[in-house]
Amino acid sequence: MRYDATSEYAIEATRLVKRFGKTTALDGVDLVARPGRVLGVLGPNGAGKTTAVRILATLLRPDGGRASVCGYDVLRDAHQVRQLIGLTGQYAAVDEGLSGTNNLIMIGRLLGMPRPDARARAAELLARFDLTDAAARPAKTYSGGMRRRLDLAASLVGRPRVLYLDEPTTGLDPRSRTDVWGMVRGLVADGVTVLLTTQYLDEADQLAHDIVVIDHGKVVATGTPDELKAKTGGQVLQVSPADPARMAEVTALMADLIRAEVVTDAESGVATAPVGDAALLPHVFRELDDRGIELAEFTLRKASLDEVFFALTGHHAEEEEEGRRAEENGRRELEGSNP
Amino acid sequence: MTAIPALARRQTPLGGMRNTFTLTWRSVLKIRTNMEDVIGLSLQPIMFLVLFTYVFGGAIAHGSTHAYLQYELPGLLVMTVVFATLGTGLMLNQDITSGVFDRFRTLPIARWAPLAGAVLGDMVRYLISVVITIGFGMILGFRVTTNPGSAVAGCLLLLAFALAMCWVSALIGLLVKTPQGVQAFAFIALFPLVFGSNLLAPTATMPGWLQAFVKVNPMTLLTDAERGLFTGGAVAGPAVRSMLWAVGIFVVFAPLAARAYRRRT
Repeated sequence: MRYDATSEYAIEATRLVKRFGKTTALDGVDLVARPGRVLGVLGPNGAGKTTAVRILATLLRPDGGRASVCGYDVLRDAHQVRQLIGLTGQYAAVDEGLSGTNNLIMIGRLLGMPRPDARARAAELLARFDLTDAAARPAKTYSGGMRRRLDLAASLVGRPRVLYLDEPTTGLDPRSRTDVWGMVRGLVADGVTVLLTTQYLDEADQLAHDIVVIDHGKVVATGTPDELKAKTGGQVLQVSPADPARMAEVTALMADLIRAEVVTDAESGVATAPVGDAALLPHVFRELDDRGIELAEFTLRKASLDEVFFALTGHHAEEEEEGRRAEENGRRELEGSNP
Repeated sequence: MTAIPALARRQTPLGGMRNTFTLTWRSVLKIRTNMEDVIGLSLQPIMFLVLFTYVFGGAIAHGSTHAYLQYELPGLLVMTVVFATLGTGLMLNQDITSGVFDRFRTLPIARWAPLAGAVLGDMVRYLISVVITIGFGMILGFRVTTNPGSAVAGCLLLLAFALAMCWVSALIGLLVKTPQGVQAFAFIALFPLVFGSNLLAPTATMPGWLQAFVKVNPMTLLTDAERGLFTGGAVAGPAVRSMLWAVGIFVVFAPLAARAYRRRT
């Protein structure tokens, strides 16, 4: 038995590399998750989040780097790692031909529980995830939200210490999404370490204690949500001229004075720029006034994670959907040929 | 961090057996809940029996449908079981594409258990199709003219052959991308094998080039053995030769399927 008692982290990955043919899905990713905390892995579709989770869950062999869970190496000690983890994927992996109860009993039995224990654990989890009424029905009759809850229940049968949630709320309605958030908070209260991938910034903001931002297979930033927000100036100046025709003038002036990239939204007629030094604001205001530009809005606010993401990656989190689909398909096909 | 209890380095063989039985239980449960499967398993042999007996019977056995039923039923048993092996590949393919196998792989179970469980569970499906074929055949007037012991031996021989053939199906299921692909591919492979035999008509009535194929086809050998065991005739020769085929098929395809399984999962 190999147990690294000194391991400070529940999950530790160092310079992970994974290639699918010519595509490099992970290009030297480092990440750590503190025990009992939620690590949010944030990135647009196709950034490499799922690939990273699959490596950490012993489903995929990395081409480079190493990863461990509670000190156990995901390659060398895969069997031990599997005794510690639970995985809920983006595509709910429940057995459609079995009832909710039997899905969970099966997992319990596979984990070596005696039949009565497996049955009791199944009933307990079904109650907890509000599936008792549907327990006897085949999972193929379940709605998307119910399936996701059953999948989550299935990953919890063995009381994992480390839980991977790969985009657990993608495609869910707002209510089910809030439900899942509540469940994640409950698990963390029980001491479970959670690695959560998401493309929703508010989800990471709501749940994660630490965030790793991944883009194109590389880590572009790490920190707490607040640290990340602070990293890009922390505050954002939002200016809107009363006369939309003077937008270009406003943009040029802001860029000149603040020396940061100004983003203009033609539709709402708002120019925004991150502000590192609040002392600049009076200058901006005076200059606008001197030029006789009437203002509809002049506000300073905390940066949103979306702006942080934009500042870090040069694009918004929820774009590139189409490109991602193509890449995702390519990845799924290529994964078929992996050892 | 709270202390982690000692963890096992690998699954024990006994634990692996238990995993396999759990997954066999799963396969058997799924037979019940999957209506298409139930219909396929039960209705298909019934349909074949009715169609072949009454459509061809009169023409082939000089007007006696009963004589033809006695002739064809052992052949239809072979056909039913061989077609039923398709289910093995289909189910494996579904389990992979749906992500169910991914879940199994994140569990501390023996790696070979899902494959072994799928195959064992399918033996139950084959047994069901054999029982239905014989049972409905008896309703139509089929009689075992040897003895019950031989009939049981006939069933065991069928299952042994199916146990070999299902690895061919498993290999296809693991190599092909979609369940539809499995079906298409398997039919291309299975149709000539099943119908290019003496399962439904005597070899002597066929042209020479076809006879050459029919005579070496393992389906013919197995059908001969089944006829011997159910309605009388030579048993030892065809039974031994069809079992040699089964062993050959198993030895070639089981390792190939196991390799494809390791690669795919």
